[in-house]
Amino acid sequence: MALLEVRGLEVAFPQGPRDEALALRGVDLDLDPGERLGVVGESGAGKSMLAFAILNLISEPGRIRAGSIRFDGRNLLTLPPAEIRNIRGNRIAMIFQDPMMTLNPVLTIGRQMVETLQAHRRIGWAEARKLSIERLGQVAIPTPESRFDSYPHELSGGLRQRVVIAIALLTDPEIIIADEPTTALDVTIQAEIMALILRLCRDHRVGLILITHDLGVVAEVTERLMIMYAGKVVEEGSTRQLIEHPGHPYTRGLLAALPQRVARGQTLNQIPGTMPGIADLPAGCAYHPRCERAIAGCHINIPVLEAHGSRRISCFRPLLAGAEA
Amino acid sequence: MHILAFLIRRLFQAVIVMLIISIIGFSIQDQLGDPLRELVGQSVSEAEREALRDRMGLNDPFWTQYLRFLGNALGGDLGTSYFFKKPALEVILAKFPATFELVLGATFLFVSASIPGGIYCAIRPRAWLARFIMAGSIIGLSIPIFLTAIFLIWIFAVELGVMPSFGRGETVTLPWGWRTGFLTRDGLLHLVLPSISLAAIMLPLFIRLIRAEMIETLSTEYVRFAWAKGLAARRVWFVHAFRNTLLPVVTVGGLQIGTLIAYTILTETVFQWPGMGFMFLEAVKRVDTPLIIAYIIVVGMIFVIVNTIVDLVYTLINPMVKLPGAQG
Repeated sequence: MALLEVRGLEVAFPQGPRDEALALRGVDLDLDPGERLGVVGESGAGKSMLAFAILNLISEPGRIRAGSIRFDGRNLLTLPPAEIRNIRGNRIAMIFQDPMMTLNPVLTIGRQMVETLQAHRRIGWAEARKLSIERLGQVAIPTPESRFDSYPHELSGGLRQRVVIAIALLTDPEIIIADEPTTALDVTIQAEIMALILRLCRDHRVGLILITHDLGVVAEVTERLMIMYAGKVVEEGSTRQLIEHPGHPYTRGLLAALPQRVARGQTLNQIPGTMPGIADLPAGCAYHPRCERAIAGCHINIPVLEAHGSRRISCFRPLLAGAEA
Repeated sequence: MHILAFLIRRLFQAVIVMLIISIIGFSIQDQLGDPLRELVGQSVSEAEREALRDRMGLNDPFWTQYLRFLGNALGGDLGTSYFFKKPALEVILAKFPATFELVLGATFLFVSASIPGGIYCAIRPRAWLARFIMAGSIIGLSIPIFLTAIFLIWIFAVELGVMPSFGRGETVTLPWGWRTGFLTRDGLLHLVLPSISLAAIMLPLFIRLIRAEMIETLSTEYVRFAWAKGLAARRVWFVHAFRNTLLPVVTVGGLQIGTLIAYTILTETVFQWPGMGFMFLEAVKRVDTPLIIAYIIVVGMIFVIVNTIVDLVYTLINPMVKLPGAQG
């Protein structure tokens, strides 16, 4: 059985006094120990929502309406608060998007590290400090002893993200959820941070859920890929397979939009239109208004995720020619 | 070193502020009517009055009078009260402990009530108690202080008869001449109603302020990250959220202490509290100009000192702020 197993997850937000709109519309996700999974989609597809839902941290007024999240055999949605706290930041850690906002400005790096350790272990200050400094060294922070006493504002964005990664690693988690960990960083630092995350996950056999809109990054780091559109998974399979032979028209659209796939001097490709908001989803397949392969039935029926060989696609007209062995 | 540079800079600013306050304070002297009317009776002739004016220097040009006043003020002489026939500063300083203890009592009350109240309303915004507090705070904001005071007197002093309605009660004189009401049961009992009245002005404001700031802090990314780290709720609320809530609250709160001093005038008058505010109102009635000016200057000084302390506290709780003028 998978280490993490999400089934039929629905996250709803109130829409007016009675109605609710779904930000996640029945998402499944599996992660084996040490596996690296990419979750890709445009902004608003529900990727971050999925990340926070896994830790049962959807903030008001949103709520998890249906589904289950089984971690190590236990459903996180029905666990008492004290037990879920034992998993958060301990066995499942998270790396946030913007390191400039993630660390508390009035507490030293050291305190923010030690408190994480002390929340999950019986450990004294001196020992926690030693371990924290060791982790700061592992994420290649120069002079970790002095950084331990620094305040976040005294560090650059790249260093702060390293601190956040060090915090995530403190308790030797089994899974790290990284929500666009490089989006807010300078381009020059993005590759370094991504390489660091990849190396640490490999070395410590930590499972990774990498949430991003950058297919280029995902191709280098992850083994498996999940493409999300308007709160649903539209395609799921091995990274290599999806990138070489996209099965869903949306996956193909995303790949075609990558700048490196366009010859010099040519116009960049884009998918026409924009993704619908959660409150005004079209009938049928949510992607059909933008899909060049849409047929009459796509406007009426909602496709389900169906197995096509080793991958799963949610489309009435998947691109399968030559894709499967 | 940093603190020293900051204090020097602050001292310089304080001197300028005090100069401006003294000019404004002194310039009202001519607007309050003829001080001689209060000093001498009807029987004194106009010629004698004129001679007296000359002797008191009241006929000199404004700036001559002001510079003389300033020179005396630097030596600690803020003029002589017409009514008490004593140095104005001495009169005020004798009244200062009463006002100070009243402000302290009120501050203690509203701080210790608004912090838990504000935090509670922020973390349980939908609870009925939070809604009740918020509704009550709007009512509290709109009731004038003399109404609260008279209402309290009516209930606790007149109807129930459990609280004294006026005065400071029994006081103890400390070695350095400070008369305190804190050390006797009677003194403390007398402090209760005036403190509540004065605190009632600040309490709703601070509950709303703390609640609003706390709600904003609770929605920040670093608080979300604190939850994601698996910290206990208490730690997230009180260490991560509340410390950041304090920053704006301290700033606004410091400014409000000025308002608190202003409201002592009303509170002290209703409760016949023998402090500076009560004295000030009496001085206005008697056109005791030197005493009025001295009060303005002393209160201005309190403002400057309090604001300096607030700035110092702010830098202590916010690591991102280096003391202004103390770089490096």
